[in-house]
Amino acid sequence: MNAPQRDTMLLPTPFHSRVEAMCELNDWGNWMGYTTPNAFFDVELEYFAIRSTTGVFDLSPMNKYRITGPDAEAFLNRMVTRNVSKLGVNRVGYAVWCNDAGQVMDDGTIFRLGEQDFRLCSYQRADDWLHWCTLGFDVTITNESEDIAGLAVQGPTSCTVLTLLGCAGLDQLKPFGIAHFTFEGAPMMVSRTGFTGDLGYEVWVAPEQAEALWDQLFELGRDYLIKPIGSYALDIARIEAGFLQAHVDFVPSEEVVRNGRTRSPFELGLEWLVDFSKPLFNGRSALLEEKAKGSRYRFAMLDIEGNKPAEHSFIMKGDKVVGTVTSAAWCPTVKSNLAYAQIEMPHGAVGDELVAEIYYQRELHWTRLMAPCRVIGGPLFNPQRRRQTPAPPF
Amino acid sequence: MNQYDAIVIGAGHNGLTNGAYLAKAGLKVAVLERNPYIGGATVSRELHKGWYYSNCSYVASLLRPEITRDLELPRHGLQVVPFGGGATFMRNGDHLGAYSDHDRHYREIARHSKRDANAYDRYAADTARQTKLIRPYLLKTAPDPTSLKPRDLRDLLEFAKSFTSMGEEGLLDTIKFWTASVGDYLNEYFETDVLKAHLAGSGIIGTALGVYSPGTAYVLLHHYMGDVDGNVGAWGFARGGMGAIADALSKSFQSFGGEIICDANVDEIIVRDGQAKGVALKDGTEYHADIVVSNLDPKRTFLDITNPKDLPEDVLHKARNFKIRGSSGKLNIALDGLPVFDGLDPRSRLMAGDLHFSDSLERQERAYDDWKNGTWSKDPYLDMMIPSLTDPTMAPPGKHMMSVFVQYAPPKVEGRDWTDEDKDGFEKSVIDQIANYSPNFKDLILHCETRTPREIEAEVGLTEGNIFMGELTFDQLLFNRPFPGYAQYRGPIKGMYMCSSGTHPGGGVMAAPGANAAREILMDLKRPNTVPGGYADD
Repeated sequence: MNAPQRDTMLLPTPFHSRVEAMCELNDWGNWMGYTTPNAFFDVELEYFAIRSTTGVFDLSPMNKYRITGPDAEAFLNRMVTRNVSKLGVNRVGYAVWCNDAGQVMDDGTIFRLGEQDFRLCSYQRADDWLHWCTLGFDVTITNESEDIAGLAVQGPTSCTVLTLLGCAGLDQLKPFGIAHFTFEGAPMMVSRTGFTGDLGYEVWVAPEQAEALWDQLFELGRDYLIKPIGSYALDIARIEAGFLQAHVDFVPSEEVVRNGRTRSPFELGLEWLVDFSKPLFNGRSALLEEKAKGSRYRFAMLDIEGNKPAEHSFIMKGDKVVGTVTSAAWCPTVKSNLAYAQIEMPHGAVGDELVAEIYYQRELHWTRLMAPCRVIGGPLFNPQRRRQTPAPPF
Repeated sequence: MNQYDAIVIGAGHNGLTNGAYLAKAGLKVAVLERNPYIGGATVSRELHKGWYYSNCSYVASLLRPEITRDLELPRHGLQVVPFGGGATFMRNGDHLGAYSDHDRHYREIARHSKRDANAYDRYAADTARQTKLIRPYLLKTAPDPTSLKPRDLRDLLEFAKSFTSMGEEGLLDTIKFWTASVGDYLNEYFETDVLKAHLAGSGIIGTALGVYSPGTAYVLLHHYMGDVDGNVGAWGFARGGMGAIADALSKSFQSFGGEIICDANVDEIIVRDGQAKGVALKDGTEYHADIVVSNLDPKRTFLDITNPKDLPEDVLHKARNFKIRGSSGKLNIALDGLPVFDGLDPRSRLMAGDLHFSDSLERQERAYDDWKNGTWSKDPYLDMMIPSLTDPTMAPPGKHMMSVFVQYAPPKVEGRDWTDEDKDGFEKSVIDQIANYSPNFKDLILHCETRTPREIEAEVGLTEGNIFMGELTFDQLLFNRPFPGYAQYRGPIKGMYMCSSGTHPGGGVMAAPGANAAREILMDLKRPNTVPGGYADD
């Protein structure tokens, strides 16, 4: 009865043997049912690898769906709020998708691999919704989550390291572009995408290539100070860069139990992803109505005085609670104390002065801090190298 | 000396709970029990030396934590231990396991269908939305929509508010949920037979309806709305069997000065000038009180122990037509060791949960067809547990006790009473089904207690052997339970009350009807309330 059952343990990713060998802290988490490292050796040093050298993150547990067929583009245009027709072959687009009530189900990236061939990379599992939405469309949906291993290779020296790996001319790849190479005779796809807001790439191979890819990458990258990074370091980088995370900054609408806890794209600061020129997409009429009537909440990026992260803080306007923080971090590169908050309308416009109620503990002593903060228009971290083509030498 | 402030008829969990709250308020209370032992259907008995059976009810989840805490049941010996696991075995040798870890559970369903594994999250959220609507009303009296009393209006308004706050889509979902069949409900989410069958079991247990009968989606909810330590939908075992709940309640009741009288078979409620005055036993003994509370089901209460001359015609009519159809039986089995099931490692944690052998809605519906045809199911739906994998007190070390809930079994076989031969046939259909999946099962059987509706009615006093004391369909729930106009625990006779599972919020070892009835009685007596309010479920 009490014998351990290996089949019931969290699954290893294709990189697990290598990740495990490098995970000096032996600090593990559960991501999508996979054993994934929270930290390898030092969260702060891992974070600075992303910003100063190269950080490598195993993103194999991401959900990947292949969408093919004559109606693949029309299908995706129906499902997501942005216009997929504008996405060229070998280009990647960030997208959100909503239910009919115009509430965000998840966000993800769409890779256009061919005219009738797409890959959707989502944080949440999407099998059920994708199949629901295929009614009437000539498309085939394939769950490829376990068929593709992925590494995020992010940071100023990332282009140099990957070029050494055999990605000739990678520096010419534009942001959100896709390039195809071979690795040990097998296909290797590289996209200039990431979750760090920095110069960086995501490398996609078959699981059989995973261990060799990791080995060569770290061998070739040694002189460029390549380091593995865990989820804690990545989280700081994504907050600094302005990226949302499902289940942290919003609850996927189909999992919400309590009325009113879902959010629309407008309420998440993603209005730029909604293209009403498309005649029909899921949630369109509800979003049009919201646009006319106004939203309930506003996504606000807060620059907070002091250096205490405003985790789980209430946001006040005078005596009134007008919002709550969803993500917060001290951001080491921009040296700022940032937070994302959901603010009740009409508060939270750029420039609005608010107060964050912060609790922090030092040696069991709790302090309550009322920290003034200001709504800013976008992430403070936005380096040129993120956008430059050719990718600059470090 | 036989004078009390209140007499409660039936020492099941609701009778004891009701008595405890009345005694706690300072009343002199006696709980009368027909059997030589207490518990009703919440009982543990040692029928085979060294083995304890939870003879009737077998798992705990619905028991209100507010009552457990308030009546200090843990101090009086009650420990409810959650169990994990569960599986439905399939005819093709595979199975579907139930894991408490979300990702592990996902992976198990994904073996059968990735789409269903993903849809399970949507199903879980939608079902949780429905449990959130109903849970706040468990420890409350159901408001009467025809009443203009301020209290009913206030409670109705509150219900309307939480109902409408679900939004348009939520409202329509709710109406569908309360009226749909569990089969149709599950078909909206899933494509895999075995997953649907695994979940649908909760929609038919204790109900004389099939998986495609309207109203069974609610029955599923009834099995989901409980919790163990705040884990909504989780189930546990009472350590020592379900009798441990009755024992702890009786000790709590006695700690407030209450008196339990066993072997007291009530013949009739004594009524004088339209006022309840006590009860007379079959042996002629009388106990007197101005408050008489019946913990019997509505049929027995109004058709057996009340003189029809004391009752309004419409109550007699409603009691006669009350739906309380027997649908289930039970086998309790002492085992010489652990049975092995095809395709499952005996050390698997899945073994500690609820095990089933119906791998499609089709088979479950056919099992119901047998019931309609007046016979027990030849391919029954079983809800089988091995509590001794969780609770070391149920069987000697290394031995096991098995509780097998069996659906369907009709109250009468082809229109006539059950015979011993019928009972043997019923037992055989169950044991054969288990043995189909477990090669060593038959050799391990040391003793078997088999209960058809006949035995359940005769020994426990549940009419037709219906475990919920009345079907859990919308026409018999909330302000309709047991009948419209009598859903607030008051009987038609002054001083007469009802506190059984036949009242709101219904069956299962919940203790809420007993507590809610006590609150109403104390209100009528203008005594301070001793019954706790429900925990917020926000």
